[in-house]
Amino acid sequence: MSEAIEGDRTFADEFPAEARVVRAALLGSFLALTLGAVFGIIQTLHRTGVFRGLISSTDYYTSLTAHGVFLALSFTTFFLVGLFTWAVVRSLDRPLIDIRITWTWYGLMAAGMTMTGISILAGFTDALDMSADVLFTFYAPLQAHPMFYAGLAVFIVGSWIAGADYFRTWLAWKREHPDDRIPLQTFMVLTTMAMWYIASSAVAASVLVFLLPWSLGLIDQVNPTLTRTLFWFFGHPVVYFWLMPAYLLWYTVLPKIAGGRLFSDPLARVVFVLFLLLSTPVGIHHQYLDPGIAEGFKFISMTNTMFLLLPSLLTAFTVVASVEYGARQRGGTGLLGWLTDLPWRDPAFTGMMLAGLMFAAGGFSGMVNAGMNINYMIHNTIWVPGHFHLTVGTAVALTFMAATYWLWPQITNKPIYSRSIGLVQVVVWFVGMALMSNAMHAQGILGVPRRTAEPEYSGFDYPVMFGGFEELNVQIAIGGTLLFVSTVLFVGNLVLTMGNPKVSGLAEELPPALSGPDDAPRVLDNLGLWVGIALVLVVLAYALPLAAIINRGGLLGPGVGTYPVWFAPALDALANAATPSLGAITDAAASLVEVIR
Amino acid sequence: MHIHAYEKVWLAASVLLILFLLGSVTYGAVGPGIAMVSDGESAIDPGGIDEDERFSEPRVEQVGETEYEAYVVARQFGFQPDPIVVPANSTVTFYVTSADVIHGFEVAGTNANTMVVPGEVAEITVETDAPAEYGIVCNEYCGAAHHGMEGKLEVVSQSEFDGGRNGGDGE
Repeated sequence: MSEAIEGDRTFADEFPAEARVVRAALLGSFLALTLGAVFGIIQTLHRTGVFRGLISSTDYYTSLTAHGVFLALSFTTFFLVGLFTWAVVRSLDRPLIDIRITWTWYGLMAAGMTMTGISILAGFTDALDMSADVLFTFYAPLQAHPMFYAGLAVFIVGSWIAGADYFRTWLAWKREHPDDRIPLQTFMVLTTMAMWYIASSAVAASVLVFLLPWSLGLIDQVNPTLTRTLFWFFGHPVVYFWLMPAYLLWYTVLPKIAGGRLFSDPLARVVFVLFLLLSTPVGIHHQYLDPGIAEGFKFISMTNTMFLLLPSLLTAFTVVASVEYGARQRGGTGLLGWLTDLPWRDPAFTGMMLAGLMFAAGGFSGMVNAGMNINYMIHNTIWVPGHFHLTVGTAVALTFMAATYWLWPQITNKPIYSRSIGLVQVVVWFVGMALMSNAMHAQGILGVPRRTAEPEYSGFDYPVMFGGFEELNVQIAIGGTLLFVSTVLFVGNLVLTMGNPKVSGLAEELPPALSGPDDAPRVLDNLGLWVGIALVLVVLAYALPLAAIINRGGLLGPGVGTYPVWFAPALDALANAATPSLGAITDAAASLVEVIR
Repeated sequence: MHIHAYEKVWLAASVLLILFLLGSVTYGAVGPGIAMVSDGESAIDPGGIDEDERFSEPRVEQVGETEYEAYVVARQFGFQPDPIVVPANSTVTFYVTSADVIHGFEVAGTNANTMVVPGEVAEITVETDAPAEYGIVCNEYCGAAHHGMEGKLEVVSQSEFDGGRNGGDGE
């Protein structure tokens, strides 16, 4: 790793233009976090039946769409591009090629997310004939307003230009340093973005070739299994796209905060190469229970998924070893006694450690999800959001928030307003998530479905295990409330930090790894080779399933209708009439389709 | 490349864990015989369900001594037939399709669970045991009244099933 920022100059001093971009990206990210948290608290109280007065159960799905898109796409990706811009510039110790290009991709991403966000939020009002209550996964034939899809496309194109920005900056650096190894942080950024190009190509194709033209009325129908499969082609690697920046922080920043240095640079590279190779050919594991996809394809996907555990298990070792090394540098001794010599009062350290601990729990529930036949028990139950609130909702989100306490002073020259509030904030998040996620897992085993406004049913009661449905609801509501409180503390602390005066002396240097890049085989830096192998694996995993799906249902669908959820007033009426009479609904839906055409 | 001795042990243990997980699923498939929802059923025209031999009249049919087939249609926002009545201690194969959007079909608290995709027929086979009532929920968001989409699976004694056959298992 290059020792780029030396002495007393922070990133903001060295690269003021880039620091401005990083700040803008992080602020965009935290705006999305705030919005997402507001919808989160509304949902947690609505779903558990604690308070249903704020939104109707129909609007719950508008809120759920906003929660998913703002947090899973906007919060994560804006933080990622900010962090990656910092990491590339810092580790290459050179500015970006052309800051105007940088602002262009930032502008495109912001514009795209604004379009998508407006199309979703318009669902709360009948004044606009616009809504996009299709949730984060937008499964056809439910149909959103065209602006929802168009915004997503613009957002993804923006992220592609961001990736190109990093690659071009690296190539320029390479011309200046022909014999040097790629600095570790830049290596992590480039492998992650290479994975992103492969993964997002499928969802971009799905949106541009099928969903957007369909929502504009240019094509009559789509093949729901095909668009769903293209979504999951993207939908699993996207979770690693969220996770890779957290890994970058665990590998390169956490050991430093612990008082030591990274254990092994070569193994960090191996881990990122494994993610590049294995993240994409696994998406069918989200479709274990889909009819129309052969069991063999599901088994291949499961095998790849299980091997994808390897880089995360290796990470657990390396990160813990690096932290232990830091503790021993600080004077820690004994088999476990060194744990007491760690900087637990530092919110950046404690937050990242708690995030890592929860990621281990999330890993175990993920192994259950990945097991093809055990998956029957929990598929589409609230177990699944219980799982990913541990992974993206804590391993990623809590790491981002904790890292902000360390990174923000580097990019602004302003000290954090209150580190004590920060410490309380990360602990409250951990406790809140422990309550909420545990209860969600337990409810999932009772069969309580995910993605529903009212999980209680009139015709039956859930079986009682691990405490009953109602008790678990209370745990979810308390946990969700704590998470909201934690988000408010985080954002409030940051806002107060922005009011702090600038000071000098905040610069922190990142030390090189104990076992440096010279120990890593040169072939690890051959990005072209790894991208090539990744593409071959994707073709092996997806060519036959996609061909079979198109063969069965047709490229443009097997004759399914169109079910716009952006005809808000009509749909509200439909919802009210829904439960009593099935026949009437079918007629209403049929006439609705007529109206649209 | 230098790899620490402890790290080698950890790596080996990780690979063993992965192989164990794959082995356990494989055992589940060949031992207890848990099959995956697959592509065995041919595609169907979702617009033509009302003329389809199996789905125009959603129902339960006896096909063997203790073997039954249930043809189920999911549509916004309910299941047909409702309730689905099957006898205890029998083998029931559900064929589930959708008339409109993507739905889920989950017998709450059991592992009977499948996606229901328009244009496809999901096939799952379950063993029923003692008489009991189960809730069926749609576990995939399917539109504004998704939360109201439920059904019932009634596992009844053989005599009760035979008694109620001439009209009990319709809509």
